[in-house]
Amino acid sequence: MKILVCISKAPDTTSKILFTDENTKFNETGVQFIVNPYDEWYALVRGLELKEQMGGTVTVIAVGGAENDPIIRKALAIGADDAIRIDAEALDAFAVAQEISNYVSDKSYDLILCGKETISYNGAQVPGLIAEFMDIAFASQAIKLEINGTIATIECDVQGGTEVLEANLPIVLSVAKGMAEQRIPNMRGIMAARTKKLEVMPGSGATNNCEVVGYSLPAAKSGCKYIDPDNAEELISLLRNEAKAI
Amino acid sequence: MSAIKGGEFLIKETEAKDIFIPEEWDEEQLMIAQTCNDFLEQEVFPNLERIDSMEEGLMPSLLEKAGALGMLSVSIPEEYGGFEKDFVTGMLVTEITGAGHSFAVAFSAHSGIGTLPILYYGNKAQKDKYIPKLATAEWKASYCLTEPGSGSDANSGKTKATLTEDGKHYLITGQKMWITNGGFADIYTVFAKIGNDENLSAFIVERGYEGISFGAEEKKMGIKGSSTVQVFFNDCKVPIENLLSEQGKGFKIALNILNIGRIKLAGACLGGCKKGIDLSVNYANERSQFGRPISKYGAIRHKIAEQAIQVFVLESSLYRCTRDIGNAIKALEAGGMDHVNALLKGVEQFATEAAILKVLGSEVTDYVMDEGVQIYGGMGYSAEAPMDRAYRDARINRIFEGTNEINRMLIVDMLLKKAMKGELDLMGPAMKVAEELVSIPDFSEPGDALFDKEKKYVQNFKKSVLMVAGSAAQKLMMTLSKEQEILTNIADMAIWTYAAESVLLRVEKLAILKGEENVKEQVAMVQTYIYDVADKINKAGKDALNSFAEGDELRMQLMGIKRFTKVQAFNPKTARQTIAVKVIDENKYCY
Repeated sequence: MKILVCISKAPDTTSKILFTDENTKFNETGVQFIVNPYDEWYALVRGLELKEQMGGTVTVIAVGGAENDPIIRKALAIGADDAIRIDAEALDAFAVAQEISNYVSDKSYDLILCGKETISYNGAQVPGLIAEFMDIAFASQAIKLEINGTIATIECDVQGGTEVLEANLPIVLSVAKGMAEQRIPNMRGIMAARTKKLEVMPGSGATNNCEVVGYSLPAAKSGCKYIDPDNAEELISLLRNEAKAI
Repeated sequence: MSAIKGGEFLIKETEAKDIFIPEEWDEEQLMIAQTCNDFLEQEVFPNLERIDSMEEGLMPSLLEKAGALGMLSVSIPEEYGGFEKDFVTGMLVTEITGAGHSFAVAFSAHSGIGTLPILYYGNKAQKDKYIPKLATAEWKASYCLTEPGSGSDANSGKTKATLTEDGKHYLITGQKMWITNGGFADIYTVFAKIGNDENLSAFIVERGYEGISFGAEEKKMGIKGSSTVQVFFNDCKVPIENLLSEQGKGFKIALNILNIGRIKLAGACLGGCKKGIDLSVNYANERSQFGRPISKYGAIRHKIAEQAIQVFVLESSLYRCTRDIGNAIKALEAGGMDHVNALLKGVEQFATEAAILKVLGSEVTDYVMDEGVQIYGGMGYSAEAPMDRAYRDARINRIFEGTNEINRMLIVDMLLKKAMKGELDLMGPAMKVAEELVSIPDFSEPGDALFDKEKKYVQNFKKSVLMVAGSAAQKLMMTLSKEQEILTNIADMAIWTYAAESVLLRVEKLAILKGEENVKEQVAMVQTYIYDVADKINKAGKDALNSFAEGDELRMQLMGIKRFTKVQAFNPKTARQTIAVKVIDENKYCY
């Protein structure tokens, strides 16, 4: 079983979000980056579990500069066998997916696992785009995955319930909470990460087709409004006109 | 490499480049820290109530989980299943796990005083048998030194070991109390006197041996989840091969293990303090009164700034000393000494600093937690909110691993003993200070570069310690060791001086690494701390001098202390505001 896990860096959840370049760029100064939790806790760990069950290898791949190496080594510490970093700027989801699919198209991976989205951009586009570029099957928001021979049985979150799918390998999956549980890297893994192979490949020149025009922060939370229990009319009017919740 | 030896901080200058600062952790060390942190987040913090209710089997299972991650064996040699990391990396693990309340106590008792006596003093057979299982916590460890009648005076224990007639066993009889992990441990390092020996010997005792029994769990003010029991030995039959090291070497073992325990305690305190600040500032940012978060008010900002300053100072002192010990170990190894002896010798060399850190670490913790309760206001006093547990758990640190009173005596005692043995030239520099007192004062003004003034102040603090200690030693001679009030004054002066120099050196190095404009809060911390301790050193010095000197000599020395603790006017309010605002802004301890 040859498994590829796509990982991305994401700011630690306690990071302060600031922008630069007239609000067109995320200010990374002083920000602590972590492995995107969906990639780490669910995609990578399920990959490792399958490898432990069935044998094979787990490779992690990331697109970006050397500033990604610490999070790649974290994935190696958790248990991935080796890693590839495509040394190209992660311009947008389209470019990232193109870089990954260009690199892996001739590597015959059986399974490509991605987190369902990053906790920073929440785009949820890369996995589907990889499958499209590679012209292989794709399932979104998978919460369970079993492999039997060359058949993958997948449970996915759908609105109001779950969907069970079967597909022939190879397949690309975007995975969600429930697929696996976080694994804390142990000392042995941390020390082994130093000697595992991290191959840096040049980018294939993928281009972006989106450009960021601007970012803005959500409006500051306003205080609570107290409404007299007898005044249902005002409550409904506020919910309808101000909060636009009904 | 810095060649500074233990105690020399009083008479030698250290260069900023020679100290280790936490801003220099490498990627692997940070990953190890993250693992420890993840472990606490996943296994400990969600289970604090269950841990404190002493749920059967929970603490042992947590130790096993920590063992499976390798957290217990960071500093254990590879041949015994460990990772052989250096002293400073081991301290980082201690620091992070230190935030774990009762778990932290069980963790450090197991991996410190529980495991280390066997690791450092065991023979090959003993190490082969016990260490790999202790490294994974398959077996849990405990340390039995204290007795009902023998606490601070540890060598006065009454527990006896008698050789059996066939010469194959020792029969141990006695009572040990305050035994951490005692309720569930598999292995106990027990201190007892063989026959009519004056000095203790140490034995490895297994839980399954005949004649060992246990008291009920003690009901404690804090660290309620940590198992603390009495252990009774009634002709407990221990094979002779379980004698650790040699007959009569137990007290030496106990002291050396305590030296390590003291500096490690400071590490654990640091981890607890950082969490205490996080809780305090989270609450201060959330709680609104008079229409604004209370973190906007000066009175609260003062507390947050002071918490941050004291913790930053503690951290600077701790890692400076930890690396100094690491360097001493490496130097001894390079000279041909084996690792264990080099480690013990290295730590012993810095026993004064270890005692300084024990006192500093535990008292900073109490300050941070006490003010944390205060910031929480009424909720601080509620057992529903986290400061209650933090406050109660902190209090033990001033008591165990040698009370702070004993440690203060030791600080001065060890310095003077080193001076008597000729290992540390205190008297030469002390005489120079005495000469300086009768000569024309130095009116030269320090330069305007960063910390020119503060360096001068720290030099002067050292002079005040040397003056008071030197004069007390000369005047009181052999009775000084009994003058506990004076010893306490001198110890306090030494603690503040060491801490002030450590934080100064750290920020000096940091300013070079990051640029002065990027460390303005840290610069403010150095300035505020030095401004504060100048007055404290002055007061402690005066108290000491007024207690033993008289006449012209007293007048001259009081003038000296005034001169050596004089600092320029400084605006502490603005400085503390700068320091607090960053913590408030980041909503966590961020230095």
